[in-house]
Amino acid sequence: MSVFDDLVGQEPAVRELRSAAASAAEVLRGGSGAGMTHAWLFTGPPGSGRSVAARAFAAALQCPDLGCGECDACRHVLAGTHADVEVVRPSGLSYGVKDSRDLVLRAGSRPSGGRWQVVCFEDADRATEQAANVLLKAIEEPAPRTVWLLCAPSPEDLVLTIRSRCRLVTLRTPPSAAVAEVLVRRDGIDTDMAAFAARAAQGHIGRARRLATDAEARRRREEVLRIPLSLDGIGACLSAAAQLVEAAEGETNAAAGELDAAETAELRRALGEREGGKGLPRGSAAVLRDLEERQKSRTTRMRRDALDRALLDLASFYRDVLIVQAGSGIDLANADKEEEIRGVASGAAPETTLRRLEAIMECRERLEANANPLLAVEAMTVSLQFH
Amino acid sequence: MRGPRHGMLHGVERDYSLVLVVGEEDLLVDRAVADAVGTAREADPEADVHEVFGGSLAPGELAELAAPSLFGGRRVIVIRSAQDVAKGVLGEVTGYAKGLPPDVALVLVHAGGAKGKSLLDAVTQAGAHVITCPKVSKPSERVNFIRAEVRRAGGTITEDAARTLLDAVGNDLRELAGACGQLVSDTAGVVDGAAVARYHRGRAEVSGFTVADRAVEGRSADALEQLRWALTTGVSPVLITSALAQGLRSLSKVGSAPRNLRGPALARELGMPAWKVDRVRQQLRGWTGEGVARALKAVAEADAQVKGGGADPAYALERAIMEIAEARAFR
Repeated sequence: MSVFDDLVGQEPAVRELRSAAASAAEVLRGGSGAGMTHAWLFTGPPGSGRSVAARAFAAALQCPDLGCGECDACRHVLAGTHADVEVVRPSGLSYGVKDSRDLVLRAGSRPSGGRWQVVCFEDADRATEQAANVLLKAIEEPAPRTVWLLCAPSPEDLVLTIRSRCRLVTLRTPPSAAVAEVLVRRDGIDTDMAAFAARAAQGHIGRARRLATDAEARRRREEVLRIPLSLDGIGACLSAAAQLVEAAEGETNAAAGELDAAETAELRRALGEREGGKGLPRGSAAVLRDLEERQKSRTTRMRRDALDRALLDLASFYRDVLIVQAGSGIDLANADKEEEIRGVASGAAPETTLRRLEAIMECRERLEANANPLLAVEAMTVSLQFH
Repeated sequence: MRGPRHGMLHGVERDYSLVLVVGEEDLLVDRAVADAVGTAREADPEADVHEVFGGSLAPGELAELAAPSLFGGRRVIVIRSAQDVAKGVLGEVTGYAKGLPPDVALVLVHAGGAKGKSLLDAVTQAGAHVITCPKVSKPSERVNFIRAEVRRAGGTITEDAARTLLDAVGNDLRELAGACGQLVSDTAGVVDGAAVARYHRGRAEVSGFTVADRAVEGRSADALEQLRWALTTGVSPVLITSALAQGLRSLSKVGSAPRNLRGPALARELGMPAWKVDRVRQQLRGWTGEGVARALKAVAEADAQVKGGGADPAYALERAIMEIAEARAFR
């Protein structure tokens, strides 16, 4: 048993992290610890386990046995409750200057457990450029026992100045057999379902688990994969787009609404609310408004992510079409839709498929740049049909 | 140029030393305050006028302002934004309202919302003369306002002319009032459509939908002109791209509706008002499905540019309009 067990198909990275953890322990004993450094950047495609890797490495740093996975330190880190491991997971649209100033302060404190003060910044690419600049100094020369672990899809997602101060750990897309294996071992999912989910999620572990465990997620995937065959005119394109956007909103609104309501109620109680909404002190309105703003930003982020997942499913369909057209014999991600895929493949040239994939990727970029979701998706469905 | 200033306050046997102006329409509020101050000045041309803001009124300040001066003149105290009066001073203000010393006139300006409601009620109960100035927000209310303004300036205006003037000048009441006064003095009293057209050309406020309508009708020169107007008068580029997209969506919706449906049944099926369906049918001439597709792509590109992908939103929009015109001609 080891904290690195959940890191699927990343043997080279695990080797590197294990030896760094050993060097870190040497530092604690007063040695030179040449293999350890104070800033790490974990990169890899979505779902490859960047945050899992960072978390496991944090546990290995805090554990006297270099990440046994069983001691209190390991458990606390993996559960996110360790006093010397600060996990930052920006849930809003971006991570701003104010947040990062607080983070710098937190990172400067001494580890209370006597080992390392670890700051694990997931989705560091969501930090704004100004926020990144605030972090710069703290990452370059942190306090002696502070370690920064940043996660981002690719090194290019961070400003050059941050990138150059970190040691890079590159994760790869895990093979679907490895993903299926971990689903069976860890989540107790049956073999067939695990194999299907792992293939459909194309190496994205979190997504694979969701597909395997959530019937609603599977239904949404079915709906998305029906789109390529349903496009037969401008009207169909627009209604497919509307359906995609509405589905993403529907998926998000319920979850976000619950989250918001619970948070708001908790804050009101903390402010001293009594029965019937009385007893809020002066100035409460501003605090509540502040929370509301953060919630709104988070809802937009969740909606955008939901839509992005649907677009990735759609892209996987055309990826399969391209594989069939090229005759390359690689496993199809959507093997259950082979007939439809072959139909589309024989009806269009590979150039068209590439153009369609490009349209999907362009739409994703536009959504990330805050474009009107419906309009961006419409332009995409229209490009899938007319070219 | 203007009519008698204090007309509405004359000839009624009432004490106007306590006046409460309620509402948020700045122009009307200012007029009401000026009227009240004018009435007091009429009684005593030497009267001292003090204006204070409710939020900055300190305890004891009101007493100081109301205290008789050495020369014994009348004092007029105007409290603006009375809803902001601090709790500690509230009692003092209502106290004065209930028992005003002779030679003191108190004018309170209150926004009328829930904030500071207790003061509003107390002053009303104290027998204040209440003048309400509600926000003028509907077009029909604005037309009525224009007609009243022209009458006030001693002229007459037809309803059509009033509408034209509203289109030309925009929604700002101060500008409208100014334009009314000017028109009456320039035309010797009778303001008709021709007079409005002579002095006011073009439209002040163009919405994104006007731009979109011209664009999908293929009148790109008109559309570009309207776009310029809209941008100069401060319509957000984002609203224009969304109006363009909306226009194209309607085209596709009406264009791909079942052929056998007509009139109200069609309107019901599409979820659009009947007049809109008729207009879109007109606009649909010259469009093909593929054309709409091209146009939508162009608008989505403009949206991305407007959201920070490009340097100049105006250029991006102009280009989108040109591309919509090209897409319409596309066969």
